[in-house]
Amino acid sequence: MMQKLVVVGNGMAGVACVEQILKHAPKFEITIFGDETHVNYNRILLSSVLAGEKVADEIVLNGLEWYRKHEIELRLGVRIVDVDSERKTVTGDDGSVTPFDKLLVATGSTPLIPPMEGVKKEGVFVFRNLDDTRCLLDYAGPGKKAVVIGGGLLGLEAARGLQVQGCDVTVVHLMDTLMERQLDFTGGSYLKAKMECLGVKVLLERNTTAILGNGRATGVALKNGETVEADFVVIAAGIRPNAELGRKAGLHVNRGIVVNDYMETSNPDIFAVGECVEHNGICYGLLAPLLEQGKVLAATITGNRGPVYGGTVQAAKLKIMGVDVFSAGNFSEKAAGTDAIRYEDPALGTYKKLTVRDGKLAGVILVGDTSDSHRYMEWLRAQTDLTAMRRQLLFPGPGDDAGLDVAEMADSKIVCGCNGVTKATIIQAVHEKGINTLAQLKDCTRASTGCGSCTEVCQQLLKAVAPEFQEEAKKSLCKCIPFPEGKLREILRSQRLRSVQEVLEIYGNGVGCEVCKPALSYMLDMLWCGDHDEDRSARFINDRVHANIQKDGTFSVVPRIRGGVTSAKELRRIADVAEKYNVRMVKITGSQRIDLLGVKKADLPSIWADLGMPSGQAYTKGVRMVKTCVGTDFCRFGVQDSTKAGIELERRLENLYTPHKLKMGAVGCPRNCAEATVKDIGLVGQEGTWQVVVGGAAGKKVRKADLLITVESTEEALQAATLFFQHYRENANYLERTYDFVERVGIEKVRRETVYAPLAVQQGLRERLRKSKRIARDAWLEGDTPRHPTQFVQIEPLEKVPA
Amino acid sequence: MSGNKQWVRITPVQNIPLREGRSVSVGGREIAIFNLGNRFLAVDGRCPHKGGPLAEGIVTGTIVVCPLHAWKINLETGCAAKADVNPACVATYQTRVESGIVLIELPEPSGAEQGNPSLFGEQNWPASSDSPSTSPA
Repeated sequence: MMQKLVVVGNGMAGVACVEQILKHAPKFEITIFGDETHVNYNRILLSSVLAGEKVADEIVLNGLEWYRKHEIELRLGVRIVDVDSERKTVTGDDGSVTPFDKLLVATGSTPLIPPMEGVKKEGVFVFRNLDDTRCLLDYAGPGKKAVVIGGGLLGLEAARGLQVQGCDVTVVHLMDTLMERQLDFTGGSYLKAKMECLGVKVLLERNTTAILGNGRATGVALKNGETVEADFVVIAAGIRPNAELGRKAGLHVNRGIVVNDYMETSNPDIFAVGECVEHNGICYGLLAPLLEQGKVLAATITGNRGPVYGGTVQAAKLKIMGVDVFSAGNFSEKAAGTDAIRYEDPALGTYKKLTVRDGKLAGVILVGDTSDSHRYMEWLRAQTDLTAMRRQLLFPGPGDDAGLDVAEMADSKIVCGCNGVTKATIIQAVHEKGINTLAQLKDCTRASTGCGSCTEVCQQLLKAVAPEFQEEAKKSLCKCIPFPEGKLREILRSQRLRSVQEVLEIYGNGVGCEVCKPALSYMLDMLWCGDHDEDRSARFINDRVHANIQKDGTFSVVPRIRGGVTSAKELRRIADVAEKYNVRMVKITGSQRIDLLGVKKADLPSIWADLGMPSGQAYTKGVRMVKTCVGTDFCRFGVQDSTKAGIELERRLENLYTPHKLKMGAVGCPRNCAEATVKDIGLVGQEGTWQVVVGGAAGKKVRKADLLITVESTEEALQAATLFFQHYRENANYLERTYDFVERVGIEKVRRETVYAPLAVQQGLRERLRKSKRIARDAWLEGDTPRHPTQFVQIEPLEKVPA
Repeated sequence: MSGNKQWVRITPVQNIPLREGRSVSVGGREIAIFNLGNRFLAVDGRCPHKGGPLAEGIVTGTIVVCPLHAWKINLETGCAAKADVNPACVATYQTRVESGIVLIELPEPSGAEQGNPSLFGEQNWPASSDSPSTSPA
């Protein structure tokens, strides 16, 4: 008969240990109890869920199918309240009694609640599990005031997550420096400055004595008499091992359940792993040691006693976007023979400190730049003799500075510190299992499923060795600012951010790139209806000078010819301009307009003045034109006045920016001469009605537009078209054409949110469009009043020198 | 190594907006000068790829992105990032600011018929005067 293994605790340590046990023989009949109602998920990433960077489903480590596949009985929502070590049974809070042959206690830890009054009040939270996170997300929101008690790793991650959700956050910390267990005083000061720069208030040396409020939290009282207002309070003051079950089982328990190097407790049939254990006087609260313990325990419990657990070098990384903090080992300088090597740059917010003892690295602190953390971790782990590298400890020699070269990495080198996965393991998995994606690699080796800091290295390894490596579908805008666009729009709105640089400095890498800068420019323009701090340097050259750059660096000029209807007078002016400025080509475009090609930047303002016509926006992601047929005025078949309707539509939307270029068409009968059914927005005239169609394309892709609505009057048709227009502006991703947007969202949903939306929603769309339109102006007016003195001017050097 | 160098006064600092570039013709060269906030950087104005006007590119950190095909040129070294071909580079020029005027350092006209990399650029090259291709492709 198979032996029964009962595991109490469905968290990361317990389940990881079970994964290891499954690799050994003999097999057990396994039952896992979890007091949460979720399958095993990555607790470390809860801060990412709180910050909206990930959704709950994305942090699942072992899905239900994993339990099923390994024939593990999973009992969720049951808390084990008692152990009878004589009879070898556990009792659940549901009254169930379950027998075991071997028991594995992996009960983790519980949040430490410091003594203070009022912790039972409504609006007081801890931040430990998925349910806590969900509650916090329910409470959080723009303008809400949050107090986080505790300035350690977890408290700061909670603070930042809430701040991203729009809350006004204050961190109250007992000690005189943040993260005092991982950072020295200077490191803590750098971190504090960075948090404050992000908009999180930090109060140090403050002892919270009570949570104020009548039944519901309204603030906290501090020992010095101060009070801080709050709509809700998060207590993140540390954790304590959940060792109660060990006591009930009669095990030797100090702070945690005491285990030896083989991970055995004082009872040969009861084992313990994770945050609830104490090894050599240390209770570990970080992932890597718990996983190492699990491996040792798996050998011991399956009768393969041999491997020993010798303790772990503790390393911690703060997982807050834009705040890089890494700490490992012992950073104290007090021990005899310890040298501290420091570097700091207040302007850059960078602080590095290494402690070296006997020529070996003892500890490291990195704030502001953690790019070298892998190297230092390796030195710590391998206890590398640094004597020869002494001059290059903080600054690698030129040869080593080219970033991490995965080809040069030793096979034995640990890539994933959390799970102890080496380069060799990854390569072997790729070759033997035919792995091509990061997701497969995670499933197979567990690499990159912990803190996630090795993801980049894993990707590089895959790229190097996997034959058909596919990068994960792009979800966030770009590397510079790793949020999905929908989330970013929320952040910008809730945080009232109005400039690209500000957004990048607070939520991104401070630098940006040619992808995110124009995208953020667009979002800010759309969100604030044009009332924002437009930063021209964040925009593509076309939008800096309102013309389309050509391959030789000259520009093309396309004036607005609404509905494609011009006049003899206009044509004469265009002809004169073409001659006067030696325009290299005059081209009739596919959009019923005229393109003047080969114009020098310096000539743009005078050309625009001479033309006396507004910009056709042919150079930008914005409203291009409405192509029309001659409709009822001349055509024998026309049944609707498409020319007039098209010109009016163009007038109502011109000068506005959109996620991608936007082309429209209006036709007077279903013969569709102006091809309205393959335009982003089309009006198709019928006898007595208009069909408003959206999401058509005749570019890289050809797509027939979907019918949005059929209406009777021209005004109704224009209203429907503009509702869709504003909805697309507000909800599409940057560079997403209407045909991709409509396909992604589905035309039914688009209808529900535009023409069939509640009146208030429609009014909102119209009001924001009106506001944008009020501010928008013909870009070519900048020819007379440039935004910058040298916007169009070729700079002449003050001094001439011969060639 | 090239001959003497000279500092040439170009334009008042305010003529080059923050995080933008401007092109200037001087000493027979077309040079793109960028304002990075805390300093100015100058490189030959044409992208080594297809001759795109670098002064019109988006500046991100110390990189300018060519407006034609998004090649990324490091303004400190003049080299294209991740060019899988042999290093594609443009010459770089030293700059300084004096009484609100941006100056750039050009080689004396005598004997220098080709764009010479500045001292700054040279540090990135093996000690050989003809290694970098400094003219547009």
